[in-house]
This record gives sequence, C-alpha cells and structure tokens, in this order.
Amino acid sequence: MSFYLVQFLSGLATAATLFLVSSGLTIVFGVTRIVNFAHGSFYMLGAYLGWTLVERWGGTPLGFWGAVAAASLAVGLLGALMEVGLLRRLYRSPELFQLLATFGVVLVVQDAASWIWGSEDLLGRRAPGLRGSVDILDQPFPLYDLVLIGLGPLVLGLLWLLFNRTRWGTLVRAATQDRDMASALGVDPARLFTGVLFLGSALAGLGGALQVPREAVNLHMDMAIVVEAFVVVVVGGMGSLTGAFIASLLIGQLQAFGILVFPQITLVLVFLFMAVVLVIRPYGLLGRAEDAPPTAASPGPPLIAATGVARWAPALLLALLAAVPLVAGDYALIVLTEVVILALLAASLHLLIGLGGLVSFGHAAYFGLGAYGAALLVKHFAAPMPMALAAAPLLAGLGALAAGWFCVRRSGLYFAMLTLAFAQIVWSVTFQWYGVTGGDNGILGVWPPDWAAGKAAYYWLTLALAGGALLLLRRAAFAPFGYTLRAGRDSALRAESVGIDVRRHQWLSFALAGSAAGLAGGLYAFAKGSVFPTLMAVPVSVDALVMVLMGGIQTLSGPVAGAALFHLLETEAMSRTDWWRLVLGAVILVLVLAFPKGVAGFVRDLWTRGRDS
Amino acid sequence: MTVPPLLSVRGLQAWYGRAHILTGVDLAVGRGEVVALMGRNGAGKTTTMKAIMGLLDRRSGAVAFDGRDVSALPPHRIARLGLGYVPEDRRVFTDLTVEENLEVGRQPPRDGAPHWTPERLYALFPNLAEMRGRRGGRMSGGEQQMLTLARTLMGNPSLLLLDEPSEGLAPRIVQQMADALRALKAEGLSILVSEQNLAFAAAVADRASVIEKGQIRFEGPMRTLLEDETVRRAYLAV
Repeated sequence: MSFYLVQFLSGLATAATLFLVSSGLTIVFGVTRIVNFAHGSFYMLGAYLGWTLVERWGGTPLGFWGAVAAASLAVGLLGALMEVGLLRRLYRSPELFQLLATFGVVLVVQDAASWIWGSEDLLGRRAPGLRGSVDILDQPFPLYDLVLIGLGPLVLGLLWLLFNRTRWGTLVRAATQDRDMASALGVDPARLFTGVLFLGSALAGLGGALQVPREAVNLHMDMAIVVEAFVVVVVGGMGSLTGAFIASLLIGQLQAFGILVFPQITLVLVFLFMAVVLVIRPYGLLGRAEDAPPTAASPGPPLIAATGVARWAPALLLALLAAVPLVAGDYALIVLTEVVILALLAASLHLLIGLGGLVSFGHAAYFGLGAYGAALLVKHFAAPMPMALAAAPLLAGLGALAAGWFCVRRSGLYFAMLTLAFAQIVWSVTFQWYGVTGGDNGILGVWPPDWAAGKAAYYWLTLALAGGALLLLRRAAFAPFGYTLRAGRDSALRAESVGIDVRRHQWLSFALAGSAAGLAGGLYAFAKGSVFPTLMAVPVSVDALVMVLMGGIQTLSGPVAGAALFHLLETEAMSRTDWWRLVLGAVILVLVLAFPKGVAGFVRDLWTRGRDS
Repeated sequence: MTVPPLLSVRGLQAWYGRAHILTGVDLAVGRGEVVALMGRNGAGKTTTMKAIMGLLDRRSGAVAFDGRDVSALPPHRIARLGLGYVPEDRRVFTDLTVEENLEVGRQPPRDGAPHWTPERLYALFPNLAEMRGRRGGRMSGGEQQMLTLARTLMGNPSLLLLDEPSEGLAPRIVQQMADALRALKAEGLSILVSEQNLAFAAAVADRASVIEKGQIRFEGPMRTLLEDETVRRAYLAV
C-alpha cells in the first residue's frame, strides 16, 4: 500500500515539471498560434543555465533558489528576444513557416549548448536543505519532490490570477481570441506577444532549472520534453491551462504506474493514452472547437500541370541524373542515391501536406516501417532483394492504412499529434522488441545482391524505382483523386456537399503517402546496409517536414528540390564542421527571414507585382 | 479660411488579396459632425472603415486624422490617436465578461474628447449594467452590439467609425441605438456611420456620402439625399 502511495507521489512530482513546461507552451500557442518547437530548447537551456548557476551559488538555500529564478528569467529574456527578432516578422507568414523557424532555433540552440557546456551529461548538486527524504508510511520519499508537488498547483494559481485579475492578463485573453480587434482598440499586439513569449519561455526555463537536482542535464532533453509537452497540451485542450494541469497529472500517474505494469511499453502508453483521448474528445479534455488551430496548409494558387517546354523538365532531369554515373565517383553517387531516396520521402509527405492540407509530424514511421520490412525479410527469411523491396511499401502502406484510419478523423494540429503518436508507438515497439528487431543494435548486413552491389548499379535501381514512384505521385496529383483531395483541403464542407467523401480520400492519400515513404525506406535500408530505430524517430519526421517546407508546398517540384537542398547542405556542413546543426539552423533562419512568405510565395509576389506595374 | 475636417480621406484604395475593392474614396468628417456612409451590400462600406483603421494588408491613399497622416500607422497607433472603430460583426470577446471587455478598450483620457468610465457607460446602456459579470458569448445580438460600442467608447475617441450598427437588430434595439448615437453627438463626438437603413441614417446623420463600386458617387447634406430620388434609386435602390 505504502509503496503505491510513494509511486503516486513521484507521479505527482513528474506531473509538476510537465505542467510547468506545457503551461508555457499552451500560453504561447494560445496567443500567437505558433507551434513552438523551440519550447523544448528553452527547457534545456533552463536546465543548463540552472546547472551553471547552482554550481556557483547553490551552497545555500537562498543561492539555490536564486539560481533557479535567475535561470528562468534569463530563458524568458531569450524567448522575448526570439519573438522580437524572429517570430514578429512571421505573424503574417504561412503557419508552417513559423514552425520551420522555431525548428531552426532548435538546431542553433543544440549546437550552442553543446559548444558552451559540452556533450557530457552534467550532474547537478542537490538543493540545500532538501537533500534528505521523509518517510511516508515507512517508505522514503525525496523532500525535494514534495516541494515540486506543491509548486505545480501554486504556479497554476498564480497564472490564473495573472490572466483573470490583471489588465495584462485580460488583454492577453482578448488578443488570444481576436488579435485584430484588440489592436483596433489600441492594444499593441507586438508588445503583448513579447510579454507572452517571455512568460512562456520563463516557465519552460523554470521547469528545466528545477530538474537539475533530479536528473542529469544533457543535449537530448529538448526533443524529449517538447514531445511530451505537446502531448499534455493536446490532451488538455489547446490553450487551456486547467486542461494542461489535469493532463499533466494524468500523464504523470500513467508514467509512474505504467512502469510497474508494462515496463517494456511505458513509452507507448503515453501516446496510446493521447490517441484514446483524441478519439473520444476531439479537442482534448477541456479544449473547444473554436480554439482548434486551422489546417496548417494555406492553399495558395491552384496547382497547374506544366505546359510547353516545362512539361518535359522531369524527363530531362531524369535523363541527366541517369547519366551522372558516367562522370561521378562513388562518394558522389552515394550522396546522390540518398538525395533521390529522400526526394521520394519528401514528395510522399507533400502529397499529404500540399494536396491534402494534412500536416504529419510522424511521417518517419512509414519510412522506418519500409526499411524494417525489407530488413526483417532479409534477416529472418533470407528473402532476395526484389522481394524485400516489394514488401517495404506493402508493410508501410498497411501501417499507414491502420494509423490513417484514426488520424484522418481529426484535422489541423490534432491530426499532426495523432500522426506523431503513431510514429512514437511504432518507434518504441521497434526500439524495445529486441527479439525481432534487435532494438538499439538494429539489423545489419542488409546488402544488395551482386548485380546491384556497385554504387552505379544501385543508384540506377534507386533512380528507376524512386523516379517511377515520383511519376505515380505526380499522376495522382492531377488525377480526379488529386482534385478531390485538394477540394477537401480548400473547403471540406463544400467538397462534402457536392458528394465527395473527404475523409475517405484523406485516408487513401495517407496510405498512398505511407507506402511511397515505405519504398523510400526499403531503398534506404539496402543503400546503407543496415537499419536502426532512429530511422523512424522524431528527427527524421522533422527533417522530412523541413525538406517539404524549404522547397515550398505550392508546387510538386518543391519537395524534390527541398530534399536535394537540405540533404546536400546537411552532408556538406557535416563534412566540413562539427557544428553542422548551427549552420543548418542558421540557413533555415536566414531563408525564413529573407522569404517570410516562402520561396515560392516570394517568386509569386515578384511575378504579380511585375505584372501589375 | 475654413477649419480642416477631423478626418479627411483622399484617394483611398484597398485590396483584399488580389481583389481591388476601393478604387479611390474621398471622405471628410468635421468636428462634431455625423456623416452616414451609405451604399448597397458589397459597395465597399466595411472595407472603407477597415482601410481607414489600418486593418487591411494592402491600402494606399491619404488618410489624415486630426491633422496627422495616419495612412501608414498600425491599427493600435491609430486607435490611440482617438479613432474608435466599432466593427459590423460585433466581435465582442466572448470569453471575457462585460467588465473585462470594457477594460480591453480602456485608454487614458484625451483632451477634446468626452471621457468615459464604466459607470458612465452603464448609465448610457442600462442593459449592460445588469450583466457586468456575464461573458460576452452569453449575450444577445443587441446586447453585444451595445457592448461593442461601449467598449470602443472606453478608448475616449474623438471620432467613431461605426459599421452598420443597426444590422440584424430588433426595431426596439435599433431605436435605442439611434438614441445612443444622438446622445454621443450631443457629447461632441464626431461619427462616421455606415448604413443601408435610410431611415436610421436620416435619424442620426447630418451629411451623407454614397459609395458604389469602391468610389463615392454622391456627397451632400442628408436632406438632399432624402429628397433626391435619382441618387437613391441609382445607388441605394430604395
């Protein structure tokens, strides 16, 4: 009995940290409507800054708590700086662009933290005066965790007072609901948003700094927490503080007791829980329909098939690419093979984002399923490569069919979170099912047979298969299927009223995109000779998203160009410097700031302006 | 030499995306004057108001308020100069109570404009006084319209831009609204009110400007418009 009580209490302590971080995220989202990936980075920075300051001042209780507060304030200032320097220029940009910008910040912060604090885990000192534990029904429980448990409700109460009893809070709530109307009443939205970013980031920083006595500070904290915080925010209902609080409590308990019941699948449990909540309550526990974010893809001008000379461009490009092995060496061919594979991955994601208006945060799952499908056949059944490559899109397509059935029932950010949930489930099953997948060690020795073993031969094979799949995807975009998909994107209601089953088309496109990504995954497995769970982890999903956004979602060639640009940039930066994330992040930020409407939007503006004048 | 008008609009053009809605609007509102901006649905009344207020992405032309060029200012700066905007679709903050809605509109007192407090506004709109703690989302259309007007008045404007205040309201509420506008005029407030309802406009306005296809087609005293059947038939179809 007492053991369960202690377990319950440690669940509450986890919940407190989770709430601090996710309350910041939900506040920032509520006001700015920006999905802030960098929120996890602020949490990590809070932990690092907290560690440094606690090392310096943490000998006394006053010094310790002063260090925590100072770290939190410093991170808040960084958040405000990000608003002024970056986000403020992007409020009128497509929403996905804002997402891309915050991801650029994630990369920059990663390398900055690594440069300042190194990549070793840092163990912080314990809070003075709270080092011991108390006996609760004869079970020891850390004093520090008790303090954390009290802090959660305290912060909730303070935030409630701030938003309901101060003029600033009233203005923020007004601007959250109707930014334009508030500004027409004399409220300066920019200043308000700077304040909100300060508050939200300071909360993330506080959460991070408070972790210093509890766990080692490292460079993986950012992605881990931001994914969990998103789950909390979505489960609680976007923009709802009380919802975030309740969701934190539930997820804290789920983690505390889940580890007792199913130690192998604790990772899955949280995402399973989110999926169930979203299926039962579409807008989360306390969310409301009107707070739901709109579908992220802004349609832009209609997609028109190229005419005249331009229509032969893909064939020309294909011919050019096919001729490359005549001049290029092995290294170039390896990189180019990867580019072609990633182009297929990006194009398959673009089918969802660009044509379907469905932003997936978990597309890596199908890439990974394809890779593992091929590798498992080779490993367990000694299947020949053609059979393994045929199985790759099949397995990924089946996975996408199953996941898609759930995901397309929701739209906007809720869709994105469901796709993320399924990707995380697939990832953790792969990661933890040692017997079959080899877990962390992956599957090695997935090489092509002799006839395709040469770099040029495998490159041609990849070009033929991926190029064929790309042509099929293009065909789908201009087939009636593609038109109905776009109709559903632009106005689901109107499309339904003329007899289109929007959800069914979205479901099919999800499966189609999944199997195309699966083929890319299968090709990738044989190109690398091995597969690892990282293939289906969040960073790969994000990479795919960045490729699509870099190229622009308004054209079919955009994602292909984006994949090439992204991968060449990444490979080049990686080969030249250890700080490639910094370089990549900086390039993303510059692109976003130079072309706040996207590269395609920029060209279009030039075009219309040229024609008007 | 004549006194310059409080609000003067010259050659105002505005776009929604690529649609060119206003092709050159000229308007003037003098101090203490009530001007009705008349026109059919889609003639450009709402767009004119939004363009003056800086709420559109793309606009051009000259807008001078109180002797200052405001054509390049963001909405909140324009509002703080004393230009109050009451949108046609009300846009009360539904999550906020009546009191909180008023608080959002509050600005410091301004020389040369009436100074409003919640208490004075509750006296002007007795309905609102009875529901100070009620959320905006739980009010009737007429109550919301009163709240929107009261909320804008909390900014102590010297000029009101009032977009279709009588639209969709019960006749009794329209009457209350007309009474309120006359009371505001008596306080010395200048008002530009857009209307399709000729009777309502006639009851409150001194002058009228008639807009059609993004341009002003008639400009003159309200009485002239009432008497000039050709203009009414051509641009208002009443």
